[in-house]
Amino acid sequence: MTFIAKPKIAHPSLPRNPLGMTRRDYEGALSTLCAGCGHDSITAAVVEACWELAIEPQNLVKLSGIGCSSKTTAYFVNGAHGFNSVHGRMPSIAMGANAANRNLHYIGVSGDGDTLSIGLGQFCHAIRRNLNMLYIIENNGVYGLTKGQFSASADVGSKAKKGETNFQPPIDAVLLALTLGASFVARSFSGDKEQLVPLIQAGLKHKGFALIDVLSPCVTFNDHEGSTKSYAYTREHYEPAIHTDFVPLQQAITAEYAAGATLPVVLHDGSRIVLRKLDASYDPTDRAACAATIQERLKEEEYLTGLLFFEPGQPEFHDLNGTPEGALNAVPYEALSPGSAGMQKILARYR
Amino acid sequence: MHPTDTSHPDYFHKVVDCQWACPAHTDVPEYIRLIAQGRFTDAYMVNRQSNVFPGILGRVCDRPCEPACRRGRVEKKPVAICRLKRVAADYRDDVTSLLPKIPRLKNGKHIACIGAGCASLTVANDLMPLGYEVTIFEQYAEPGGLMRTNIPAFRLPQQVLGDEIGMILDMGVDLKLNHPIQSLRALLKDDRYDAVFIGSGAPQGKELSLPGRSEGAANIHIGIAWLGAVAFGHLDKIGERVLIIGVGNTAMDCCRTSLRLGAQRVKVMARKPRSFFKASAWELEDAEEEHVEIVVNRVPKSFVVANGRLAGMLFDKMEYDIDADGRITAERVVSEEFEAADDVILAIGQENAFPWIERDLGIEFDQWNVPLVDLKTFQSTQPGIFFGGDAAFGPKNIIWAVEQAHQAAISVHKHCQGEPISERLGPGMNLQSRKMGMHEWSYANDYTPFERRLMPHVSLKERFKKLDIEVELGFTAEQVAAEAQRCLNCDVQTVFDAKLCIECDACIDICPVDCLTITANGEEAELRTRLKAPALNTAQALYVSRALPQTGRVMVKDEDVCVHCGLCAERCPTAAWDMQKSYVHWPLAVDEARAAIEREPKIA
Ligand SMILES: Cc1cc2nc3c(=O)[nH]c(=O)nc-3n(C[C@H](O)[C@H](O)[C@H](O)COP(=O)(O)OP(=O)(O)OC[C@H]3O[C@@H](n4cnc5c(N)ncnc54)[C@H](O)[C@@H]3O)c2cc1C
Ligand SMILES: Cc1ncc(C[n+]2csc(CCOP(=O)(O)OP(=O)(O)O)c2C)c(N)n1
Ligand code: SF4
Ligand code: SF4
Ligand code: SF4
Ligand SMILES: [Mg+2]
Repeated sequence: MTFIAKPKIAHPSLPRNPLGMTRRDYEGALSTLCAGCGHDSITAAVVEACWELAIEPQNLVKLSGIGCSSKTTAYFVNGAHGFNSVHGRMPSIAMGANAANRNLHYIGVSGDGDTLSIGLGQFCHAIRRNLNMLYIIENNGVYGLTKGQFSASADVGSKAKKGETNFQPPIDAVLLALTLGASFVARSFSGDKEQLVPLIQAGLKHKGFALIDVLSPCVTFNDHEGSTKSYAYTREHYEPAIHTDFVPLQQAITAEYAAGATLPVVLHDGSRIVLRKLDASYDPTDRAACAATIQERLKEEEYLTGLLFFEPGQPEFHDLNGTPEGALNAVPYEALSPGSAGMQKILARYR
Repeated sequence: MHPTDTSHPDYFHKVVDCQWACPAHTDVPEYIRLIAQGRFTDAYMVNRQSNVFPGILGRVCDRPCEPACRRGRVEKKPVAICRLKRVAADYRDDVTSLLPKIPRLKNGKHIACIGAGCASLTVANDLMPLGYEVTIFEQYAEPGGLMRTNIPAFRLPQQVLGDEIGMILDMGVDLKLNHPIQSLRALLKDDRYDAVFIGSGAPQGKELSLPGRSEGAANIHIGIAWLGAVAFGHLDKIGERVLIIGVGNTAMDCCRTSLRLGAQRVKVMARKPRSFFKASAWELEDAEEEHVEIVVNRVPKSFVVANGRLAGMLFDKMEYDIDADGRITAERVVSEEFEAADDVILAIGQENAFPWIERDLGIEFDQWNVPLVDLKTFQSTQPGIFFGGDAAFGPKNIIWAVEQAHQAAISVHKHCQGEPISERLGPGMNLQSRKMGMHEWSYANDYTPFERRLMPHVSLKERFKKLDIEVELGFTAEQVAAEAQRCLNCDVQTVFDAKLCIECDACIDICPVDCLTITANGEEAELRTRLKAPALNTAQALYVSRALPQTGRVMVKDEDVCVHCGLCAERCPTAAWDMQKSYVHWPLAVDEARAAIEREPKIA
């Protein structure tokens, strides 16, 4: 971390988004994470993505659990709403907030410990309900905040800083999400913003649960030789399978996208996600084949990355439950209160 | 792009914009930090080392450093570098014990300097400590050159001038006042001098030959001569209505001096629109604060004389077409205009003139009677005869004269020692880390969002009461504290070690001004467009690292608006970035002397 706050001055030629805001306007409080933590890079990617999408800060909700990763919601988009829940319970808070106001953007930030250890059950049910949110796991293979114990995503054979080896098999968030029926499943790396920023944008715009499992090295407790989540190891073993571009509504699709092995998907608001295969044999629309390939490649110690599975158009929580169109706080009083005559009718049903 | 070669001293020197812009390479950020610590004497000596006259220059320097200052690119206004120099001079202690020691045993070489302006004085300052005997010949009764005769005392008090000239004369300079050199041949004839330095300035004011010039002569003055006459007390009044012709810095001094000699209405008449004015912005500002009127687009036509006395001047009133680049594309006269005046002062330029240099001494002159002088060594076409200051290349200003004299002093020294004068020491650079602990740096790296402090002035009511009331009061203690913190410490350099970088992006994300990018290498023009913030200012360098270990990409830094906050270095987990103070070493005569001693064969 740093003790000096990032000063408010900015580069004079810094571009502005349609709201007239610069990237700097989407920053948050001074990060207290260790210098070089992957989580800080993900924060920067979220800042970049929200700025480019010109999200109005008051329309964004940031949710998190406990962990270094979960602290990061404080470090982006100062003007957004935020809730820092207890350990592993972020999905229930997200559920409640989203049920009350479906018109906001929800972004949950969690860790591999927060999600796959203590919060595994909550995580699974959020997927099952297809809650409309972007869920980012900042995955470093350890409990960073509590000084580096192996988490549920640690690989077999990976070595801790002090030398112990992990023997328990990992839970892979991507594979798990695929089996639970998730419609947007991605993996990325904190050190590759060119891949990560469009994924965040696509995830925010996707209707339904969008998961991005971001490999995010812990410089302090898991960046040594023998670790399978270090910067060096990740760079050597990560393999982009699908290139994703997010094309906002205002921008025309270029000829390059129109041709060949690309798959442009038009979203509900008219913006597009364009998938381009980097690996010809990989099909991001075939759930079973995706799961099989990802698993095979993991055995060969290779992380496939990109938007690995995408199935737009699935009904999300509100569609499934027939909730009102708008936010609950905007439901008119007359609709909320049945009136004394109506009340009598309701009560009669129970007599 | 090739990896940047930061081992060349110029790379980091250029990053210190002010120091790079200063002809004498003054270590500006170093002295400003010393001022911030209250170490005024040390700050003064850092200045004196390079620019010799900190008290004088802290008031009247042309300050090329300020337009160059990085702060002016990050915010609107640069650091008040010049006036902070004055702070060092105002609050310093006695520096006698810190001045170079003069050897009692001389080296047997005798140098003649012509003119006692800042150029000759600097030559003496550089050579006296090396054991030379220096004689300065000055035509007037006092030393100082134009600093004494032309820069008015309301801008530069006599005492400040006297103190700093005194420091040099007290080294044992043989100053011969009231001693005009009327023949260089005669001076060379007596063979006493091993080298001659000509620092006689550009003493001739330009003439304006128009009808009526000779008839009105009694009330038409040449600016620099007139200012000289005022400085020496030969003149103490002027008419009520005064016209100044020309709008350079001399014109500004003439109009402001006129106001102090009783003029009631002073107009400065300019040929062209404001964007073409030669005067510095701050000199114009100071004159206009005193209600001098500046009239543009007036071309002088004739002097009007009535009843044997100057009555005013006729001007052509002009109109100009100016293109997008600010150039005049067409001009026309729209009317004729009469301006009444009791006196006219001509301030349209000066020239050097050498009636006392015989043209058969081996010193060649060009078609405009300007001597041919080597740009690097300042030697004329006659070995052993050197020029510097306004005498060398025409009128400039004090800081240029000082630097030229430093260079000429090196040449004089090498000439006297029988060394080839064009083989000179190059610049040097030292870097020293400012890291003290995890988050501790031995400089104030936090960005201070203060605006430039305004210099307090003596009130308009008071300042005209006497000719020598210094208008600027100097900064208050509070202003000094604030202004010093505005300096961005550009000399505390961001130094990168590619092999340590793990490409975690921490530095990229924290940099407040988006200077840093890790990306694939490319050609400069194309690379500039691909950075986190496009690098549009091509006058500022891009730093490009060697290939990074993990991906082979490169770290690129746009030097343009880096605020030297050190956050990149604080954030870097591997200390691939470090903040290191650069010391630029710009050799002086004393360094040449030391280097010669080192070259001598050592006897075991
Ligand atoms: C009105 C005016 C205002 C200025 N204001 C500024 C300012 O604010 N800031 C700034 O940086 N610069 C200013 N300048 C410019 C600056 O004064 C000169 O560039 C600088 O003084 C040049 O120094 P020098 O040593 O080369 O020559 P000078 O200062 O001109 O000194 C030359 C000396 O040589 C003597 N001399 C000449 N011929 C002979 C001879 N034959 N024998 C003996 N002695 C001789 C002269 O009497 C004089 O003393 C100003 C100039 C003018 C005219
Ligand atoms: C109920 C509960 N149990 C245990 C903890 C202790 N605890 C704090 S953070 C953490 C693990 C966080 O790991 P992860 O989510 O991977 O975050 P990281 O710090 O690695 O980013 C644990 C176990 C807690 N705060 N609350
Ligand atoms: S402990 Fe690890 S995860 Fe936490 S801030 Fe430090 S580097 Fe990041
Ligand atoms: S010192 Fe580093 S962080 Fe600060 S402005 Fe310069 S490059 Fe950016
Ligand atoms: S913070 Fe250090 S290690 Fe990380 S990218 Fe910057 S220079 Fe490299
Ligand atoms: Mg973790």
